[in-house]
Amino acid sequence: MATKTVQFEIRRQASPDAPAVWENFEIEWRPGMNVVSAMMEIAANPVTADGRPTTPITYDSNCMEEICGSCAMRINGRARMACSALVDNLEQPIRVEPLSKFPLVRDLQVDRSVLFENLMAVKAWVPLDGTYDLGSGPRVFPQEQEANYPLSNCISCTCCMEVCPQFNETTGFVGAATIAQVKLFNNHPTGKVLKEERLRALAGDGGIQECGFSQNCVEVCPKRIPLTNAISDVSRDVLLQKAKDFLRG
Amino acid sequence: MAAPRIIVVGGGLAGLSAVIKIAEAGGKVDLFSIVPVKRSHSVCAQGGINAAKNLKGEGDTTDKHFDDTVYGGDFLANQTPVKAMCEAAPAIIDLLDRMGVPFNRTPEGLLDFRRFGGTLYNRTAFAGATTGQQLLYALDEQVRRHESEGKVRKYEGWEFLSAVLDSKGVARGITALDLRTMELRGFPADAIILATGGIGAIFGKSTNSVACTGSAQSAVFQQGVTYANGEFIQVHPTCIPGEDKLRLMSESARGEGGRVWVPRTAGDKRPIKQISESERFYFLEEWYPKYGNLVPRDIATRAIHKVVYEEGLGIDGQPMVYLDLTHIDRATLDRKLEGILDIYEKFVGDDPRDVPMKIFPGMHYTMGGLWVDFNQMTNIPGIFAAGECEYQYHGANRLGANSLLSCIYGGFKAGPNALTYAKSLESMEGDGGHARELVRQARINTQLLNNSGTENPFKLWRELGETMTKHATVIRYNQGLKQADEKIVELIDRYKNVNLADRSQWANTSFAFARQLKNMLELSRVVVQGARLRDESRGAHYKPDFPDRNDEQFLKTTKASFTGSPDGPRFDYEAVDTQYIKPRPRRYDATN
Repeated sequence: MATKTVQFEIRRQASPDAPAVWENFEIEWRPGMNVVSAMMEIAANPVTADGRPTTPITYDSNCMEEICGSCAMRINGRARMACSALVDNLEQPIRVEPLSKFPLVRDLQVDRSVLFENLMAVKAWVPLDGTYDLGSGPRVFPQEQEANYPLSNCISCTCCMEVCPQFNETTGFVGAATIAQVKLFNNHPTGKVLKEERLRALAGDGGIQECGFSQNCVEVCPKRIPLTNAISDVSRDVLLQKAKDFLRG
Repeated sequence: MAAPRIIVVGGGLAGLSAVIKIAEAGGKVDLFSIVPVKRSHSVCAQGGINAAKNLKGEGDTTDKHFDDTVYGGDFLANQTPVKAMCEAAPAIIDLLDRMGVPFNRTPEGLLDFRRFGGTLYNRTAFAGATTGQQLLYALDEQVRRHESEGKVRKYEGWEFLSAVLDSKGVARGITALDLRTMELRGFPADAIILATGGIGAIFGKSTNSVACTGSAQSAVFQQGVTYANGEFIQVHPTCIPGEDKLRLMSESARGEGGRVWVPRTAGDKRPIKQISESERFYFLEEWYPKYGNLVPRDIATRAIHKVVYEEGLGIDGQPMVYLDLTHIDRATLDRKLEGILDIYEKFVGDDPRDVPMKIFPGMHYTMGGLWVDFNQMTNIPGIFAAGECEYQYHGANRLGANSLLSCIYGGFKAGPNALTYAKSLESMEGDGGHARELVRQARINTQLLNNSGTENPFKLWRELGETMTKHATVIRYNQGLKQADEKIVELIDRYKNVNLADRSQWANTSFAFARQLKNMLELSRVVVQGARLRDESRGAHYKPDFPDRNDEQFLKTTKASFTGSPDGPRFDYEAVDTQYIKPRPRRYDATN
């Protein structure tokens, strides 16, 4: 009996300026195989389906259990984490492409540092006096913890930004992930001291009003974060803040 | 005098903790990480973080935490630093709470605690089953705040290659490789802190992330840093077996009441629900009535091994046992364990709320590591280490939920200590050895890129992983360890013929991996040779031919030094600090 194999079509690009080409691979099937483990196979035997030697594929991955957020890419047209993309659940040939909204580095690797810059711009942190012993933290009731915990599960994969029609160079939109973090820190008993600054940071160009409510973000989020709720809540707060600022002159 | 410049390598919990303390004290930090720090392996930690806050009215104390940790580690850890860590733990939890970590709460709004292995107290604070992720993010956010104030500069996507040592053997900086442009560059510093995690990759498949190669530790080991207790490797009892990696199934599953069992009859083919309670063998509960499913990891792992390989009771004859949560209601499971149940469901396809999980032990944690003194400094002046990459807090076996604590505590010590050291450092002569080290690294790079052999580095790595897993995990025999060392020597030899399929100078992952592989090979010898020399059983190190602990001969820290000789490292032994708790037999099967 012939060995069971899996067919892949992978978009390759040697550098940001190089032309993109497609390469086909045929890889021996293994139980529980996912898209990243297939690329590990290619690294150990870098030969295309038609027998031509090639280079191992450049891609980001780290934890292999969908918690580090590294391996986001487009698989059969859909933005998702490659480590949890099980081959048995995918139509073949499996088409693998890099995320399209971020500067390409090489092959499937892109530069997503814009998200970390956005998080800095909205001050997504709790401002502490210091890390010395200042006693216990504020009381938080379980209901509040249960509301905030999902927002804190964001793995910065940027899938929500990839699928957002408004996330592009024209709008400069910050994207859903950053907005959800604004909600998280504005909810925190200490974090809310920076609430006004965060809301103002989302009030200008590229801010929350760029959202077109396509709701693609919430559908694609691998952590099922209530992103559209966060956007509506923060949207309302931004408007209130604008009104307050206007009245204050 | 200008503010001291400190380099921190590694952006997991230990590295970020060090960065925060240095920035807060007015130092300047350059933070190097292979991955964006928010994607570091600490993110994978699940179950929680220990601190004896005694919020459950059980009479828990930091002394009991200290005793559990030392006893759990089979008395191999130096007691002074462990004691200090356990005493600092409650304040660390408070700090994390103030940073906004969404810890689970009691109805009154206080921190909730759960039980973990190796203790009888509810001592583990947790944020669902993604505690590591939540802790890492909280520290990442604080570091970003310092970054926005210009106190921290991040070099994400740079790989540490070596320390720069001056003519007196004092650290004066590092060399690193930009993984995108492949630029090799030297970075001066007055002190460096390595916080580069575990070495799971030398076992091929483990619960560790891809980046956990131990390459940085090995690099400084080969430059003269002593490596301690390398033979102590934790195999976690409950992992999801996989072709690409072993995914952790947190001890918190048992902390919340999960039960481990197999059918009493070998090859029982009936559906699970038809197997009655009396036909199920809850072997941990029967063998260890006091601790039950929450015995320490080395004990649980060997028990599963015994049930599967000696008693032939693995499920369907396979190396797997059940981890069963189906008797717990769904709402509780979702509130406390959702993160890990999702992982199981995503990668296996079954919902563990409905059917018992199938699990098996897998390589998980590196107890050994770079030797450090009580100030977290290695034997090379100016090189500090913190977190899993050093050896100090866990002895021969780490207790669950002590790793996050030791990372943060170690980082909090290493940061200020590095700053103090740097302030009194004499200014360097000449360039501090930078030019010489850059030449040495450039030569290694050129040679690797121009090699025209036939060996694929990824294939060599697989062979290494198979050998290490076979001979140097749960059960160890001297004959097997000898074979493993011979195999590693063969691989080191074949490495000379490595041929990179990719010779480009842009985001060349094969090149970076091949450099790591050489370091993995050198470090593997520390593990297998150290294990071979330790003719006793202690904690995670188990030899059927020497089944007992032998304090007279081996209540000692193993210290390996690089020699460059074909025979491998040189081994010395150092007495263990046991001034607070007298070593006693470690018996989790006792009923009182």
